[in-house]
Amino acid sequence: MRYGSCETDGSGGRNGSGADQKVKKIRVALAGQPNVGKSSIINSMTGARLHVGNFSGVTVEKKEVFIERDGYEIEIVDLPGIYSLNAYTPEEQVAKKFLYNEDYDLIINVADANTLSRNLIFTFQLMDIQKKMILVVNMIDEVEKQGGMVDREKLEELLGIPVVLTSAKEHRGVDEIVDHIIEVYKSRKPKNKLFYDERIEEQIGKLVKVLHKSPHFKDPDEARFIAIRLLDRDEEIYKIIHDLPIFIELHEMLGQIYRELEMEFDEESTSDILSDERYAMAKALVLKALKKPPKKLTVTDRLDRLLIHPILGLPIFLFFMWLLFQVTFEVGSIPMDWIDAAFTEISNTVKAVLPDGPIQSVLADGIIPAVGSVIMFLPNILILFLGINLLEQTGYMARAAFLLDGFMKKFGLQGKAFIPLVSGFGCTVPAYMAARTLKNPKDRIITMLVLGFMSCSARLPVYVLLIGAFFPTSHAGNILFIIYISGAILGLIVAKVLRTLLFKGEPEPFVMEMPPYRFPSMKALGVELWIKAKLFLKKAGTFIAGASMIIWFLSSYPHDSRLAQSYETRIEATVDEAKKMELQGELAAKELENSYLGTIGKTIEPIFEPLGFDWRVSVATIAGLAAKEVVVSTLATLYAVGDADEKSNTLIERLRENISFKAAVALIVIIMIYSPCIAAMSTFWAEVPQWAWRGFYLVYPNVLAWLAAFGVYTLLGALGY
Amino acid sequence: MKPLTECTIGCEGRIVKIKAKDPIKGRLFSLGLAKGSEIKILDHTLAKQTWEVESDGTKIALREEEAASVFMEPVGGCE
Ligand SMILES: Nc1nc2c(ncn2[C@@H]2O[C@H](COP(=O)(O)OP(=O)(O)O)[C@@H](O)[C@H]2O)c(=O)[nH]1
Ligand SMILES: [Mg+2]
Repeated sequence: MRYGSCETDGSGGRNGSGADQKVKKIRVALAGQPNVGKSSIINSMTGARLHVGNFSGVTVEKKEVFIERDGYEIEIVDLPGIYSLNAYTPEEQVAKKFLYNEDYDLIINVADANTLSRNLIFTFQLMDIQKKMILVVNMIDEVEKQGGMVDREKLEELLGIPVVLTSAKEHRGVDEIVDHIIEVYKSRKPKNKLFYDERIEEQIGKLVKVLHKSPHFKDPDEARFIAIRLLDRDEEIYKIIHDLPIFIELHEMLGQIYRELEMEFDEESTSDILSDERYAMAKALVLKALKKPPKKLTVTDRLDRLLIHPILGLPIFLFFMWLLFQVTFEVGSIPMDWIDAAFTEISNTVKAVLPDGPIQSVLADGIIPAVGSVIMFLPNILILFLGINLLEQTGYMARAAFLLDGFMKKFGLQGKAFIPLVSGFGCTVPAYMAARTLKNPKDRIITMLVLGFMSCSARLPVYVLLIGAFFPTSHAGNILFIIYISGAILGLIVAKVLRTLLFKGEPEPFVMEMPPYRFPSMKALGVELWIKAKLFLKKAGTFIAGASMIIWFLSSYPHDSRLAQSYETRIEATVDEAKKMELQGELAAKELENSYLGTIGKTIEPIFEPLGFDWRVSVATIAGLAAKEVVVSTLATLYAVGDADEKSNTLIERLRENISFKAAVALIVIIMIYSPCIAAMSTFWAEVPQWAWRGFYLVYPNVLAWLAAFGVYTLLGALGY
Repeated sequence: MKPLTECTIGCEGRIVKIKAKDPIKGRLFSLGLAKGSEIKILDHTLAKQTWEVESDGTKIALREEEAASVFMEPVGGCE
């Protein structure tokens, strides 16, 4: 652990001395319990540049902001929400590791004024780290609205650290945080004001003495921190001292101290004793510094009466989900025709402007229609994302987890797994990451293994296209809902099977905070949507354009000039226009069949033949492993190139002519079940270190997908479709 | 003194004992459920498999098993 600049004044640390002309850097760790408004605070800081990345080595999103002020460059790192240093979930571990091991200058601890006493317990743990620290009490607007008041000076006096009252929502106090950062950075570290019961302090003193014998813990502050964490039964710290020469002495002493204290306080563990102490201190502080009128019935209470009503709760939840998919389809389809028309127009312009040849063809037949066929679905995707974000941000998602926990438990999952599962409808990549909130490794891996069955928004284009082609428009929204629901049900069944066969044992306990309902911040929603739209367009413009270029190339070459010539002469010899067209069509189809892609398709066709797929659909299915949107763009390219007959203009019409209804349903089933895109697969890879699970993950969805599709295809055949 | 699972919706009181083991105990504690905290039963699902309680402004959902390990002394609102 590093405590570099703590002892000296602020000019020490990373910047070295005499760096007056250069910009001085201050690195700040932003820590707090979940939902206290950390992200909102850094988002609303004036002049802050936001940078989104990952914490090193793990896929937890890391948001940082950079602010320049008075010759300082301040970097604030938004840590994942953490309830306590006795970290519980993998995500909390990330925050804890950062706090323990990284090099930073000070901690900003954000607390929620509504639940101040609970937040202060964590504040005390942070203060034990003995870094410079600022306490930010956020959501002050809510407390004031209820007629309450927080006494800032009193808190400062009692805690001995600067306190700022803020409301990120009303942009109050937020920019003052920056002034405090600079001030605290420049000042000496204040004297520690946090002392425990005498009997505990006595034992801390003993431990510190032994720790001082090691050259690592000469610093009294650091030794005190280690001693307290040892009493708090912190395994990470225990691991650090485990390898030191003083370990034997320390270990013996610890055993004795544990026993003595536990006897004296009549508690099961010294960790409980410290908890009780902090609890009592927090209560005492709140009594002095927080004025709170008696609790009235809040909006949340009233909404919860209805939304998690024992009987009405579930039907209401199902209605919301149904509504989400209905709106996704209905509203999303409005701008679709415009986008489609725009891209057709672009394609035609290119054809008119550029001379005939491969360049015109790759643009007008390859890239533009393919990219267009994918961008068409941007509205659908944005609506679905907006819906999922709304569920999350309003606090309803936690209610859904509450409602579904009993049900999920039957399938060997727990209620909290619902959150990654629903996020999976948006995108599988963040959903895999959201699975980190599950503590138990078995629960996590089961959840991740079935997550792929929650159809992500990239699969939406394929569904919308196929539904549009093969089902009546009046039922489109319902069919979409059925597809998503069947994916979810399949996921539950597979989870149950995995739980009984491979992961015996009970799912992890379910304990979860139910955050109050909040009106979502429009700005935050807008920013999320904007990021999503940008990423999607970028993906369409680069990855999908590239993939469709490859598909176009593979489908246009090699060029058999003898075949072309023989047809050309026959076409010229014919007078009948209809006959001419027919011959042209034949030529195009033959050329496509002889292309590289045709050869590849023919090779893999036998795998998909029992499902009624022709080689083009087979190729599109395989291409979908790169990204699901590619299925659509590939179909667009393959049916455009091979179709000189201009009778059927839209892709939809061409699909209707070439694919049977039962094969289309089989394709939907395949898309629903088989492996997700490369990005998702590599995320799974990064999150799951065990080779056995990685291998299993690569194989089983594809086998399952084929079997299910075959079943559906055969069944539909038997029913006479 | 009785476990939460034997109380009815609307029941209020004070926590007198938490029998859960760590790390669940620690988690309950950091959410504000500790010996001495005020507690109110807000809701449970139809089959009483999942419970919702409130303590000091924080609402917490827990499963039957965990709820059964928290014991309260009811003072009012109970049937
Ligand atoms: N009323 C009010 N709501 C806030 C305030 N700060 C944040 N929120 C809301 O609290 C919720 C959680 O905020 P967020 O920044 O995501 O919390 P984080 O988990 O700590 O990053 C969001 O719905 C915010 O809009 C505030 O000062 N006042
Ligand atoms: Mg956040």
